[in-house]
Amino acid sequence: MQIIEIKNLTKKFGKLTAVDSLDLTIEKGEVFGLLGPNGAGKSTTLLMLTTLIPPTSGTALVNNFDIIREPDRVRKSIGIVFQDPSSDEMLTGYENLKLHGLLYDMDSALREERIAEVLRLVDLTARKDDMVKKYSGGMRRRLEIARGLMHHPEILFLDEPTLGLDPQTREHIWEYIKKLSTEKKITIIITTHYMDEADRLCNRLAIIDRGKIAALGSPDQLKKDLGGDIIRIRIKNFNRESLAGLDYINDIQTDDEGVSVTVRDASLHLQDVLSRTGPVESVEVRPLTLEDVFIHYTGRAIREGAPEGGWAEKAMQARLRK
Amino acid sequence: MSDLKGIYALWYREFKVFQRERSRIVASIINPILWLLIIGGGLGSVLSFGGVDYLTFLYPGILVQSLLFSAVFFGVYIVWDKKIDFLKEVLVSPMSRTSIFIGKVLGGSTDTLLQSAILLVIGYAFTVTGVLTGITFSVVSVVIACIFLFVTTVGLVSIGLIIGSQMESPEGFQLISSFLIFPMFFLSGALFPIENLPGWLTPFVLLNPATYTVDGLRGTLIGLHRFNLGVDLLVISIFSLAMILIGTYAFRKIKL
Repeated sequence: MQIIEIKNLTKKFGKLTAVDSLDLTIEKGEVFGLLGPNGAGKSTTLLMLTTLIPPTSGTALVNNFDIIREPDRVRKSIGIVFQDPSSDEMLTGYENLKLHGLLYDMDSALREERIAEVLRLVDLTARKDDMVKKYSGGMRRRLEIARGLMHHPEILFLDEPTLGLDPQTREHIWEYIKKLSTEKKITIIITTHYMDEADRLCNRLAIIDRGKIAALGSPDQLKKDLGGDIIRIRIKNFNRESLAGLDYINDIQTDDEGVSVTVRDASLHLQDVLSRTGPVESVEVRPLTLEDVFIHYTGRAIREGAPEGGWAEKAMQARLRK
Repeated sequence: MSDLKGIYALWYREFKVFQRERSRIVASIINPILWLLIIGGGLGSVLSFGGVDYLTFLYPGILVQSLLFSAVFFGVYIVWDKKIDFLKEVLVSPMSRTSIFIGKVLGGSTDTLLQSAILLVIGYAFTVTGVLTGITFSVVSVVIACIFLFVTTVGLVSIGLIIGSQMESPEGFQLISSFLIFPMFFLSGALFPIENLPGWLTPFVLLNPATYTVDGLRGTLIGLHRFNLGVDLLVISIFSLAMILIGTYAFRKIKL
């Protein structure tokens, strides 16, 4: 059963087309990833699906409600954890959750029950009466995830859920997301530019580049489609022609430091490749990763970090507010 | 109305934050006192308007000044909420944009009116101790003053929110709102009778809603006024109503 149906969705900012005629269906209960570099149109897509900005053309059905004609009903069906901090740090964790409950029109009995429930889920019960400004980045993120779940949404959107967090906290958050998906059967849509995150969490993912879907499928399927292994060669004077026309080679990428050849099975074909390229300085064989898939479809490596300022940095800015 | 809890939520947030920001409260009280004592005291020795002490003349003006500055500047918080994603958290909830605007106006008005209440208490204390003379603090005059303060505040907070909803940086907000607040303050008759201004400024004075609040408050508290108090109240009410309508519209079109 499909829970999100995106139809020809387009968003233009002046001359820039941020999202370009996107068509996509997301099934109920899956963890779906939107993977792409910064500025690929992931967050814009999310903002449109959550009714915060109107599309230039096209539309989408979220939980069977049209994002343009029935935004109120869409908003009731979804929860979202934004990329930037969105809790009020002058309030306590509990107060932030109470605020959320009130915004979603919960009466006090239900509100208290849900607050207790989500606090337990993210392990913040003991710290609920501390002001959010005393929380670490990871705790604040967990609080915001808890908040996004409080009204039991059908669909949870997570915009870069672990951006700028330390490895241990990321691990925790991944655990929570997995738990939510398996225990609560919530459909989860994640945007990320971390390959390991997408690989680990998503049932299916779409690689988005320049507002379009460049590839779609499960992480395993995407890797399989491209072929099995990467042979990484350092070589002087590489001649692309030497490897032309071989059916076991799926892709050849060159960069400043060498050549990456994607082959179906390196154990079978390494000898042949090396005999054709001639003498090499070094060679390295490794299994294909999602990163390689990404480079294949977008023609460039994903940029690590966020040039516009990461989550932790925004949190610091927010702190300077008062 | 299913949005009532949400409106309460927004008010609750503003109120809690206001309570916790001690420095804001202290500044909001100390500033007007400095104005009263320094400007009022300094000019009071050489000035007197309408047969009352300058300090007495100035007091209603300072009430309006505190409204203008804190109510309009409240809009800057919405720019900050935009910088972090708190605003999105509110906008993505099922609440209607109109209700969000109302919640914000009530929150901002509460902050501002609490400051006004403190100023009224200070005014009363000054009167009792004899620093201020000629101000009528009766139940009726205070109630009427509060009506004037409330109606004006709602309009001014709306202006701040309208500007805030369109701006992307706090600096931009500061700039635009200063352009508005200072002329509104100086052309309101808060510091001197509006008759003393050159004639070509008269249209601006008459278009300035703060003029009618100053006139109304001065009429109520000192008995010194140019317009009928009913007219004053009518003008401010129309102004505030218009701002609420524009604000509701601005929130529907809010830029993220």
